[in-house]
Amino acid sequence: MPDFRLNDEHEALRQTVREFAVDVVAPVIGDYYERHAFPYEIVRQMGKMGLFGLPFAEEYGGMGGDYLALCLTLEELARVDSSVAITLEAAISLGAMPIYRFGTEEQKREWLPKLTSGENLAAFGLTEPGFGSDAGGTATRAYLDESTNEWVINGSKAFITNSGTDITALVTVTAVTGETPDGRKEISAIIVPSGTPGFTVAPGYSKVGWCASDTHELTFDDVRVPAGNLLGQRGRGFAQFLRTLDEGRVAIAALSVGLAQGCVDESVKYAKQRHAFGHPIGDFQAIQFKIADMEMRAHTARLAYYDAASRLVAGENVKRAAAITKLYASEAAVANAREATQIHGGYGFMNEFPVGRFWRDSKILEIGEGTSEVQRMIIARELGM
Amino acid sequence: MKIVVLVKQVPDSGAERNLRSDDNTVDRGSANNVINEMDEYAIEEALSIQEKHGGEVVVLTMGPSGATESIRKALSMGPDSAVHVADDALHGSCAVATSKVLAAAIGQLDADLIICGAESTDGRVQVMPHMIAERLGIAALTGARKLTVDGSTLTIERQTEEGYEVVTASTPAVVSVWDTINEPRYPSFKGIMAAKKKPLETKSLADLGVDASEVGFDGATSTVVEHSKRPPRQAGNKVADSGDGGVQLVQYLSSEKFV
Repeated sequence: MPDFRLNDEHEALRQTVREFAVDVVAPVIGDYYERHAFPYEIVRQMGKMGLFGLPFAEEYGGMGGDYLALCLTLEELARVDSSVAITLEAAISLGAMPIYRFGTEEQKREWLPKLTSGENLAAFGLTEPGFGSDAGGTATRAYLDESTNEWVINGSKAFITNSGTDITALVTVTAVTGETPDGRKEISAIIVPSGTPGFTVAPGYSKVGWCASDTHELTFDDVRVPAGNLLGQRGRGFAQFLRTLDEGRVAIAALSVGLAQGCVDESVKYAKQRHAFGHPIGDFQAIQFKIADMEMRAHTARLAYYDAASRLVAGENVKRAAAITKLYASEAAVANAREATQIHGGYGFMNEFPVGRFWRDSKILEIGEGTSEVQRMIIARELGM
Repeated sequence: MKIVVLVKQVPDSGAERNLRSDDNTVDRGSANNVINEMDEYAIEEALSIQEKHGGEVVVLTMGPSGATESIRKALSMGPDSAVHVADDALHGSCAVATSKVLAAAIGQLDADLIICGAESTDGRVQVMPHMIAERLGIAALTGARKLTVDGSTLTIERQTEEGYEVVTASTPAVVSVWDTINEPRYPSFKGIMAAKKKPLETKSLADLGVDASEVGFDGATSTVVEHSKRPPRQAGNKVADSGDGGVQLVQYLSSEKFV
């Protein structure tokens, strides 16, 4: 029998993160958001709790947890704020995980303890100004200068999360390093430490949402790094990041469920307080039915990510399950944010209520880590079309 | 240094709490039961002393079997082991009887330092550290907002209404702490996973050599005989300002002796 109830340890973690989100994040995040400021103090405390090390082995400073533990954490953070959740998601799934999974022992020893403790952040540079979902369109190039045994990188990357904070240690970038025997681009991943000459971080984007997270465009102008900074095997960059994206989709689904649930929480609270025509608006079926539908979407989306995360933990191929849960959860988040804003009326359009922030933060969930269109394409392909 | 931290499970002070209608004791069934908030500061203080000076931290709880959940949560913050005193005969124990039981349990642990919260959010009598110290014949340093350990010398800043007093004592001693002393850590997932494997010993009154007649309702020095809900708040006086509003306000404040 499938059993979707959490075990005691996962439940204890969920409650701990819930307390942290409500007590530490919720009271201050609106201010960071308005100022488009990165919440260093919150990130420091998350590091102390070990959240950045959740799915990693203890020998690299990790917590020895599994991917479900990470997903539960992301859900509870995003239930209060998505900027903080995406900072953690990107730091783990995109920053540390590729090194953990594909790095040499030396690379792991050098970088992971700083990343799993939250002392430093790492970013993953895949998307470029000219391509996104079509990852084979990589234009950034790198060649090995054999006279100095260094990679020389030229190109640019766009929308890179955690790439420009004061504590960012490195960006792993994908670049074309040659041609495969059948004439396609050979793509490899290379670690570029922050501060390497020629590596420029543009000022942060002006974003519609996720305003307290760190996102930049990066340019690489004859950037030289040691040959040993190649991550994993030369020419395996493509395969590596596909796996990274499959996992990341489950994490984004968890984050979407958090936002969807946060909309329910705020709407229930508001519907009991706000009066119209002599009643709390929660007495009216027009509001009750909206909230019931929101709860239904959040619950169903949660079951879908629990399933995908359990399959990930069991080592199964999750391509189809990850696409389904990411697609469904992100659309649930957008729908719930729209309804929560509607329930809040004029106040829903004001930044002083969290739902306005949820609304702004929801749309990117249908875009990042593969658009909804790409998810549908994957599902259809999995059905043999 | 061996540190014993007293941890009590209480009904969540953030939600509605009740006394039972049958025996006037705390109704644990209707509430979400949590670690007494002040005790988390005591745990944090013990752990930070352990980090600096080494040694061992033991959690001690007296309470019904359901208190195990709070003990595991306390252990997930980092203490090494726990002792849970659970015995049906303890139900209805007053503060004096509770101190007898806790002192007996501490006596078996051979502690150098006992740290506890300055009060619990359910009982709020603030006498436990004094009573336990008296029973053990050791010093009580109460109401600390800062604690320093230097060898066997303990120094606290004792919080008062006007400021603080510096008080010292030698180990062994009991120290009670306020929530101004530190910022308790959140348990990590590693801590949560480790907590379920840590030793948790359950002791009965017989194990502690305490007779059942000395505790519970039978041994209680005080018993709640009746309770009732706080009366609903009365409607306030409304002052309508038709020129003399200020005078009316002053008259009211003066009649209530506020000014």
